[in-house]
Amino acid sequence: MKALILVGGFGTRLRPLTLTMPKPLVEFGNKRMILHQIEALAAAGVTDIVLAVNYRPEIMEKYLAEYEEQFGVNITISIETEPLGTAGPLKLAEKTLRKDDSPFFVLNSDVTCEYPFAELLAFHKSHGDEGTIVVTKVEEPSKYGVIVHKPNHPTRIDRFVEKPVEFVGNRINAGIYLLNTSVLDRIELRPTSIEQETFPEMVKRGQLHSFDLEGYWMDVGQPKDFLTGTCLYLSSLTKKNSPELTPVTQPFVHGGNVLIDPSAKIGKNCRIGPNVTIGPDVVVGDGVRLQRCVLLSGSKVKDHAWVKSTIVGWNSTVGRWARLENVTVLGDDVTIGDEIYVNGGSILPHKTIKTNVDVPAIIM
Amino acid sequence: MSLQIPHRDKPNGVGGATKAVILVGGASRGTRFRPLSLDVPKPLFDVAGHPIIWHCLTAIDKVPSIQEVYLIGYYDESVFRDFIKDAASEFPNLSIKYLREYQALGTAGGLYHFRDAILKGRPERIFVLNSDVCCSFPLNEMLKLFQDKDAEAVILGTRVSEDAASNFGCIVSDAHTRRVLHYVEKPESHISNLINCGVYLFSTEAIFPSIRTAIKRRADRPSRLVSYRSSENLESSFMVDDDDDDENRKNEVIRLEQDILGDMADSKQFFVYETKDFWRQIKTAGSAIPANALYLQKAWQNDSPELATPSINIIPPVYIHPSATVHPTAKLGPNVSIGPRVTIGAGARVKESIVLEDSEIKHDACVLYSIIGWNSRVGAWARVEGTPTPVGSHHTSIIKNGVKVQAITILGKECGVGDEIRVQNCVCLPFKELKRDVANEVIM
Repeated sequence: MKALILVGGFGTRLRPLTLTMPKPLVEFGNKRMILHQIEALAAAGVTDIVLAVNYRPEIMEKYLAEYEEQFGVNITISIETEPLGTAGPLKLAEKTLRKDDSPFFVLNSDVTCEYPFAELLAFHKSHGDEGTIVVTKVEEPSKYGVIVHKPNHPTRIDRFVEKPVEFVGNRINAGIYLLNTSVLDRIELRPTSIEQETFPEMVKRGQLHSFDLEGYWMDVGQPKDFLTGTCLYLSSLTKKNSPELTPVTQPFVHGGNVLIDPSAKIGKNCRIGPNVTIGPDVVVGDGVRLQRCVLLSGSKVKDHAWVKSTIVGWNSTVGRWARLENVTVLGDDVTIGDEIYVNGGSILPHKTIKTNVDVPAIIM
Repeated sequence: MSLQIPHRDKPNGVGGATKAVILVGGASRGTRFRPLSLDVPKPLFDVAGHPIIWHCLTAIDKVPSIQEVYLIGYYDESVFRDFIKDAASEFPNLSIKYLREYQALGTAGGLYHFRDAILKGRPERIFVLNSDVCCSFPLNEMLKLFQDKDAEAVILGTRVSEDAASNFGCIVSDAHTRRVLHYVEKPESHISNLINCGVYLFSTEAIFPSIRTAIKRRADRPSRLVSYRSSENLESSFMVDDDDDDENRKNEVIRLEQDILGDMADSKQFFVYETKDFWRQIKTAGSAIPANALYLQKAWQNDSPELATPSINIIPPVYIHPSATVHPTAKLGPNVSIGPRVTIGAGARVKESIVLEDSEIKHDACVLYSIIGWNSRVGAWARVEGTPTPVGSHHTSIIKNGVKVQAITILGKECGVGDEIRVQNCVCLPFKELKRDVANEVIM
């Protein structure tokens, strides 16, 4: 089995984090985003994974080599010299994807969910047509492209309706597909969109089915959604009684959904949670209040600080009695001074903040 | 046997007694000091651990020739009773009396009304201090200038920035002789950046005749307008209603600044002592924060034993009332005053703030550039924050996103801030519970 992960460009939407770290390597729930996907793909029997990128970050290769060994998979990087959209990269990686006749998975790298690849594969085989799109149900379908089924058929797709004004359904494309290699025959090597060109054509021939996703789904390509996605992910771990979570019997855990790396140090009289991830080698001081936040590896939150709805970047420091909130994102190696307030600040790497950021702002 | 009052030593061979008057105003004034003046008369508000007028008395007590001090104002008699009792034991060399105006007479009108009491014992000079200023009160230096120049009046002056000057009384002086050549209250245009600090020393033989002349001129003038020195004064001057004409004649509202000082510059031996030391007005409630800082810094420079001993968690200067409870992990200072029976929890942070009596700051809370009213509570991990005003600024409001807001956050009496709540640049009237984050608001 094979898979292609659409990584794309520099991940500008997730800046300032992606100024110093390629998006697939950013830790989501204390695990690099790409690793969630590789792990799930390997578990479903995938042996060959293509990363479709349009830049070449050196640092990626080191991690990919490690994962190849860890999961016994081959990982290749397919680089677009010009952006090829969402379908072009499939054609570019045709050689790998046609390695055998089995269908291949396609994943958007920004999407997080429980990756039900085995069930998806079983379903795909059961209907016998060329392609399956994973769909998720949303509350407000008018913001998305909605999938409409053939009359009297539960899964065969009849058409796509982009941003429907009237309710036609609430299933939207979740950005995960399973396609037969024959689909590659219909893709040209040029900038082209899988959603707007390839799929409508498959629909015409009745070759495309939908597969309902169970559980959470989130596009975590930008900080606000990254935080929301983290909450969903942690809730799913709680639901599964995951042993990775910090037990709620710990006196500092408040409201559950707390994931702390064993190498992190937590001070006295803290109140942590709900929805907090604390990465490796993080140091949390005394009397710190954390909720709905992500502390990336090597960061430090000093005594009595208060952090909510914030991503604290790698090796950053939050000062004593500082207060961060409202989707504040600290890049790599940022220092927030003692007693400083940051409201929705995006702080670029290596900055030191010594005056309050009262209203949301990008600090260059 | 003669009825001689025991006099203290008089240095420099200064003869004759000096008296002091502190002008304290009344309850219907000082509205700009709300919400704090809703619960305590402004002159009794604690700054650096003591009522505002206590700082005046401390300076007066250092002038050896003064034995009698009058507080003149139109507050109820009972208001200053306890303060005077306490002050009597703290300043045994001073006799302190409150003289109550039956109605607001103006700063000069009040003096004149009580001239018999003030002139009793034939004092040669009187100091007149406005209670709403915060400064080092260099009274002995003023007295020396008074004697050196054989003056009839000495005014305390300080230099401010040119754009700030026109908010105050402006003094034009002879740089060499220090003689006051011209005085204008709040001029429209720039006249001088040497301004009136609201502290005066008058010869009794000069001041009372001057006030009498002003009253006479008032009575003779048929005009509806009492004084008109500038457009600013047009608004603030006493407007005489046709219906109440007689009433207002009787009112005798005569103010030193508008009605007396200008004439003195023309006709009297009037000099200015220019202080290089700190000076601030205490008008708005927020101005208590710079005043608190300046008085604490003065106490720190004078090695006052009242201040808390510096340590890793005490950044001087800090005043902590002996009855307050401060957790050893709480960090205080600089420029913090903690009132009686206040509780400061573990890991709390207080900086550039006044915490008034019976208040509680819970663990890990942060209080910056704020005044926490009597019996208020600040919850765990809450943040109560004002904004520092520039050094040397005489304003207590700032412009944020194009809107004028109070720089200092003020919680009135018995307010509550919930756990983890943030309050920034707000003024909160008494008895309010804050359960959501608030910024740049006045909370009724």
